[in-house]
Amino acid sequence: MIPETGQFALALALAAALVQSILPMLGAARGNLLWMRSARSSSIAQLVLIGISFVALMRSFVVSDFTVLNVVENSNSLKPMLFKVAGTWGSHEGSLLLWVLILAIFGAGVALFGSNIPDALKARTLSVQAWISTGFLSFLLLTSNPFARVFPPPLDGNDLNPLLQDLGLAMHPPLLYFGYVGFSIVFSFAVAALIEGRVDAAWARWVRPWTLVAWMSLTAGIALGSWWAYYELGWGGWWFWDPVENVSFMPWLLGTALLHSAIVTEKRGAFKSWTILLAILTFSLSLLGTFIVRSGLLTSVHAFAVDPERGLYILGLLAITIGGSLTLYAWRAPAMEGGGLFTPISREAGLLVNNLLLATATATVLFGTLYPLVLEAVTGDKISVGPPFFNATFIPIMLPLVVMMGIGPFLSWKRTDLKGVFQRLRFLAVLMGLAGLATWYVLRGGPVLAYLSVAIAIWLLLATLREWTVRIRLLDVPMSESIRRARNLPRASHGMTMAHVGLAIAMFGFVGSSAWKSEEIVFVQPGSIIEIAGFDVRFDGVEQVRGPNYVADRGTLTVSREGEFVTTLYPERRSYPVAQSRTTESAIRSTLAGDLYASLAEPASETASDQGAWTLRILYEPLVFFIWMGSIMMIFGGGLSLSDRRLRVGAPRRAIKSKIAATPAE
Amino acid sequence: MNWKNLVAAAILATLPFAAGAVEPDEVLDDPVLEARARGISKVLRCLVCRSENIDNSNAGVARDLRLLVRERLTTGDTDEEVIDYIRARFGDYVLLKPPFKPETYVLWLAPAALMLIGGIGVIGILRKSGGTKVVNELDDDEKRIVAEILASEKKERV
Repeated sequence: MIPETGQFALALALAAALVQSILPMLGAARGNLLWMRSARSSSIAQLVLIGISFVALMRSFVVSDFTVLNVVENSNSLKPMLFKVAGTWGSHEGSLLLWVLILAIFGAGVALFGSNIPDALKARTLSVQAWISTGFLSFLLLTSNPFARVFPPPLDGNDLNPLLQDLGLAMHPPLLYFGYVGFSIVFSFAVAALIEGRVDAAWARWVRPWTLVAWMSLTAGIALGSWWAYYELGWGGWWFWDPVENVSFMPWLLGTALLHSAIVTEKRGAFKSWTILLAILTFSLSLLGTFIVRSGLLTSVHAFAVDPERGLYILGLLAITIGGSLTLYAWRAPAMEGGGLFTPISREAGLLVNNLLLATATATVLFGTLYPLVLEAVTGDKISVGPPFFNATFIPIMLPLVVMMGIGPFLSWKRTDLKGVFQRLRFLAVLMGLAGLATWYVLRGGPVLAYLSVAIAIWLLLATLREWTVRIRLLDVPMSESIRRARNLPRASHGMTMAHVGLAIAMFGFVGSSAWKSEEIVFVQPGSIIEIAGFDVRFDGVEQVRGPNYVADRGTLTVSREGEFVTTLYPERRSYPVAQSRTTESAIRSTLAGDLYASLAEPASETASDQGAWTLRILYEPLVFFIWMGSIMMIFGGGLSLSDRRLRVGAPRRAIKSKIAATPAE
Repeated sequence: MNWKNLVAAAILATLPFAAGAVEPDEVLDDPVLEARARGISKVLRCLVCRSENIDNSNAGVARDLRLLVRERLTTGDTDEEVIDYIRARFGDYVLLKPPFKPETYVLWLAPAALMLIGGIGVIGILRKSGGTKVVNELDDDEKRIVAEILASEKKERV
């Protein structure tokens, strides 16, 4: 009965979405306030109904209701409770339900917290949000019912893919989806603005917090996925340029561009149509990501053709959303006048270059990801586009961007005296060169690009900190005055400093762990000692341990350094009998300087296993912890910016800026 | 194949399979040669996997390729010769960095072309926006704000 309630709630949510698609939009066109404000009730109704549906599905997983097909296919009575809950979004149907739930959360969020947004804009935005909602709810109900029953019910379920039974990956989809779907509301704002024919500083300020929330979640989702790949897959890599990773990275890159261009629109009234375009494209890339992963297109072009029902439906949604919004853009955007003049050396110009580089980087990833699919579909020619391609094309675009990131914050709006900026940064440039050379002197080995990257990361770190000290006039004025200045600085400004420093820190991790990692792959027998990066690792043997739904071979490694005991590591190889698959659980000792990473492979060979020989893989990855630390700082920086007073209370009055505002097309 | 299996296959295929990869008995005694072998392994695709290099893959085919790479290296081939040898046998599909050929011109040149077009666009915007007409005066809003601040400071002094 409860699963049917969930399904029924979904159908009601679709009805609410349909009403919301039309009524507020009409109300805004006719000036009917009552119709406009109906969006508030219908948004909340959608959230409640989809929430009910989601809870119903989660309950089916929690109590292991094996009359529900979805539960049978993705759960098992022995599975730990956490992963029963996470199983709710482990399947195609469940993850789509999560998708629409988050869509509803953002819609209701605007309805509830957007009290400073004018009625007409809010009504139109929520209507557009309901269009997306209608598309995906009908997709869910028509092709992917999460509550389908099975008869007769089996005694137990097939279990969730063991690789997914992990805390990191259980949390990964919700965060990633919060990011993906968060851009939907920005998209809705953009389309509503196009329909209104009006974009101004106030619009940009309303959109900013939502962009920030989406960006932070996406950052967290990607970082978490990367962390998961790092410890779970047993290779010690954290980014593989896998298409699945790329599709989440593209909206991040473009979303970052959007975040910056929206600042120019907010502060200077410039880049209006560009900001709108970015909002549309960022969400389009999020949809593309959902589509690509969900359609099976990545496995092979042919897999798509085997059962095209769902694939075609999402493709249709994609075509309507992207095509429709871009057509609207082409029609309405030219009427928007850019305001705020500026010179080639100004913060506006700097952010323009930032956007150019980020957009090009996004396009590069897009080409690399889709080109093989398109080429195979068109000519039948198969090529591979892997990490070497992305390293050769992506990095040369990103490094200049990071150099620019150091300079940009020093530029002032409208026009800047470049000489003054250079004078401030001259010393840092010398310092950066010296630091790069010092790194080379100490480490010697490794590619030139690695030293260049380290130097650039140091540059970003120092320049960002310098900019902050200039703002608070540290050491120029008494300390108390500096503290007062730091307090008076808008939080968004601290947020920028934090996020930029975070990237610099993460860069140390990227470079350190890829350029200077050491690795040992050896056969070991109890008592064998492996030396790596100054550590002595003793293999003490393997024992069998039993988990709730798996059995594992667990190795014991005693790590010491110069005779002193450091730690004990327990890498495991798990075997999941129900799901019939295996996973490796690496054991990692994390320190700031680097990670000691051990993973156990199979018994060396049949004859050798009698003597207890195993294949052991031990890695030392310098600075890898900096990647996670930097990512957390970036998210925290976004949070600081989000908490800025101006975004919370500073309801900007539209009238003031209306002179600069675009004239409506009507 | 029904849709469910397809999705399951898709999800499984998107998750690189854990474990294995290079095994100790493959490792060459000469560390320099072994390092070169690892480098080459990272640019060759495991043909039966999805976007995995042979260095990470534990598929049998990948192991065979790794051994082949090491065999060629020990006979004295340069890195390029080894890659060409394998490419000649398995086609361009085996290269994770696609070769520069007519089919991939678009792929390789797209970033530079986009950067160029975008760059021209940016220069256009800068010329249109700035040019000789440098705006260094305050606009009306700013004038008003400055006036307000000055007025309030005057009041404070009084």
